Amino acid sequence: MSSLRKRKFDVLVIGAGGGGLRAALQLARVEASVAVVSKVFPTRSHTVAAQGGINAALANALPDNWHWHMYDTVKGSDYLGDQDAIEYMCRAASHLVIELEHAGVPFSRQNNGKIYQRPFGGQSQNFGGEQAARTCAAADRTGHAILHTLYQQNIQARTHFFDEYFAIDLISNGDGIILGAVALEISTGEPIIIEARCTLLATGGAAQIFRTNTNARINTGDGMGMVLRAGIPLQDMEFFQFHPTGIAGRGMLITEGARGEGGYLINKEGERFMERYAPNARDLASRDVVSRAIATEVREGRGCGPQGDHVLLKVDHLGEGVVARKLPGIRELARTFLHLDPANTPIPVFPTAHYTMGGIPTNRDGQVVAPFSLGPEEAIPGLYAAGECACVSVHGANRLGGNSLLDIVVFGRAAANHIADHLQHSRYHLPLNEESIERALGRLARWDKRCDGESVAQLRRELQQTMEHYCGVFRTKDVLAEGVERVLALEQRLQNAVLTDHSKIFNTARIEALELENMMEVAIATVCSALAREESRGAHSRIDFPERNDEQWLKHSLFFKQGRRLDYKPVRTKPLTVDSFPSKPRVY
Amino acid sequence: MRFSIYRYNPEVNGGPYMQEYQLKGIDPSMMLRDALLRIKEQDETLVFRHSCGEGVCGSDAININGRNGLGCITPLASLKQPIEVRPLPGMPVIRDLVVDMDRFFEHYRSIKPYLVAHDPEPEVERLQTPEQRDRLDGLYECILCGCCTTFCPSFWWNPDGFRGPAALLQSWRFLADSRDQATAERLSELEGPYRLFRCRSIMNCVEVCPKGLNPAKAIGRIRQMMLKHIL
Repeated sequence: MSSLRKRKFDVLVIGAGGGGLRAALQLARVEASVAVVSKVFPTRSHTVAAQGGINAALANALPDNWHWHMYDTVKGSDYLGDQDAIEYMCRAASHLVIELEHAGVPFSRQNNGKIYQRPFGGQSQNFGGEQAARTCAAADRTGHAILHTLYQQNIQARTHFFDEYFAIDLISNGDGIILGAVALEISTGEPIIIEARCTLLATGGAAQIFRTNTNARINTGDGMGMVLRAGIPLQDMEFFQFHPTGIAGRGMLITEGARGEGGYLINKEGERFMERYAPNARDLASRDVVSRAIATEVREGRGCGPQGDHVLLKVDHLGEGVVARKLPGIRELARTFLHLDPANTPIPVFPTAHYTMGGIPTNRDGQVVAPFSLGPEEAIPGLYAAGECACVSVHGANRLGGNSLLDIVVFGRAAANHIADHLQHSRYHLPLNEESIERALGRLARWDKRCDGESVAQLRRELQQTMEHYCGVFRTKDVLAEGVERVLALEQRLQNAVLTDHSKIFNTARIEALELENMMEVAIATVCSALAREESRGAHSRIDFPERNDEQWLKHSLFFKQGRRLDYKPVRTKPLTVDSFPSKPRVY
Repeated sequence: MRFSIYRYNPEVNGGPYMQEYQLKGIDPSMMLRDALLRIKEQDETLVFRHSCGEGVCGSDAININGRNGLGCITPLASLKQPIEVRPLPGMPVIRDLVVDMDRFFEHYRSIKPYLVAHDPEPEVERLQTPEQRDRLDGLYECILCGCCTTFCPSFWWNPDGFRGPAALLQSWRFLADSRDQATAERLSELEGPYRLFRCRSIMNCVEVCPKGLNPAKAIGRIRQMMLKHIL
């Protein structure tokens, strides 16, 4: 053990997307020593691909306030979101967006020089009234603008980066206190122990478990896998967001901002079908609503194209100027991948796996919480999570567009604030438990096996197809039950998978194997949680249980790896200062 | 479809070599990165970086038939066969198509790629007219893929001294920002014969930028600003 390289920091941040970088920045301000471990160079993190914008009730374009934003978020979540966390996020939003502007984010501007805001799905004025315009945008490259700015700020703050290091597993003192992680330096293949008094997981989402998805290849749920292996449950994993407008058959994201700028969807009859599904909000209804509408149009034979397998997104009526100024990124995507210019031709789209609403259960300070002996929300000492890998839960059963970039900066910062406080009280590093290090190294050693067996690529493809088939937009008991069987069979086969490349230097085959193990954990949690929840809520649509059932199911799921056990905990319906928004039928 | 790919693993190879691969039944509208992934399914030892698959993360810059580009947005149909794929030129190779980008990022960090403002922060956003903001278009979109810098002969000749087009484009991104207040510092950091002035307007950077940006123009603007500043 002593031969392993070892580094010591106050805080270890795993993941260098917006959540991890915002946290690292906050910690630099209190002069904590921070190590940011990322399996890719920070600006390659998937925050870079976020397009439409970040929500804050700045009221630059239309009247707005944080309380309306809170209402929309609670309603969007299909009442599964925790209202204390949602209030906290919506109250913090304006301040944090202004702070991003001060840090240099090149937001688009209104004529009066203020930050440009566009309408987005599920937004309203005055608690369900007229459409609001709450999404602050840097053209349709907002994620890129924010991620690069946060990285630049961290350069100024001289944050310590471990670029292209892959975190393998958490390490502890053997008594449940998390003390850092074992990571693999990808370029040399050498493991390293990074000890820390606090560890923040900011590892992003896991939509790579589905075949057609908007996610980068790196979105494999690594933090979620680590947490499950450490005996901690994942929360609300049945809630996976399918974005209504992925490029049909390919999956690349076409921002909701396209509809926010005035675009709309049509079926093969040229009908604006969203008018039937959401008479008021129409194309700017919540994402779950629009995705189901598209899937229904296609199922009922009104899809476009020779296979009738998609619908069309029209922005050509907006004029070349609007497309060029407000939507340059998706124009580039459509030109590259479809050889069409959206300024004169509609874009073929279909719902695509996009966002992991569920994740590592945390409270609004970013502390990872689980029911062990003291109650449903017992904090795990030393462990924090923020961003898409976490479940605070501000998104509940369905996330609103523009709330994801907000989530990462709000809770990245909140977690860092709590960590800074915690560091004051736990001044010294605790001794490590050797067994937890051995276990992490065991994960690596398992792939050194040289014999015949299946390849990682084959199993990965089958897992993605299985999840798409058996755990997609519409679900039933029979289909999900078969999905569980099939995913568990794949998990068995993964035990016997082998690598043919055993070299040390930049062995990406080994990284993909470790990633597939994480994807497998997340897929099992997802399909098992989905089978158990016998109601339809937000993104989880059960054909056999078409109604929401608050009496039995207004509660969060918790999936434990050990015994594949499910437990439940109540939704925090009490906000911090205002009255609760009671559950109501959800119409747009 | 035929491919010829640069291979080098320092653990097992004495030196680099080109390896031939063939893929059958390939849709020519497929992107090069997808073809590389197919090849990797046949031969797991082939190593390259990639992630987003849509040209926004900047991971998969490689040299394709002699030109730098991103694998994920380069359609196979546009390429002459055998498609020759090499690592970015002028950079130390770690393995196969993966190069060591440290020097590239050192140059990026050296231009102080962050907004510097000395005035007290207002409690609202700093105002910027749409016209002032428009000056950042074509600059902030840089994805730091390295295609331009590693295709620049001036950078090959002076890799330590010359900042390279990517870093200089970002320098101009801040100089052009109406909110930035470090103009003098930024300009003085670029003084001397190498950091900025090694640019010989060869324009390779403009030719290969996968995002259609124009670092050469940005470099010209910095030079103009520097002259004005001196006079």
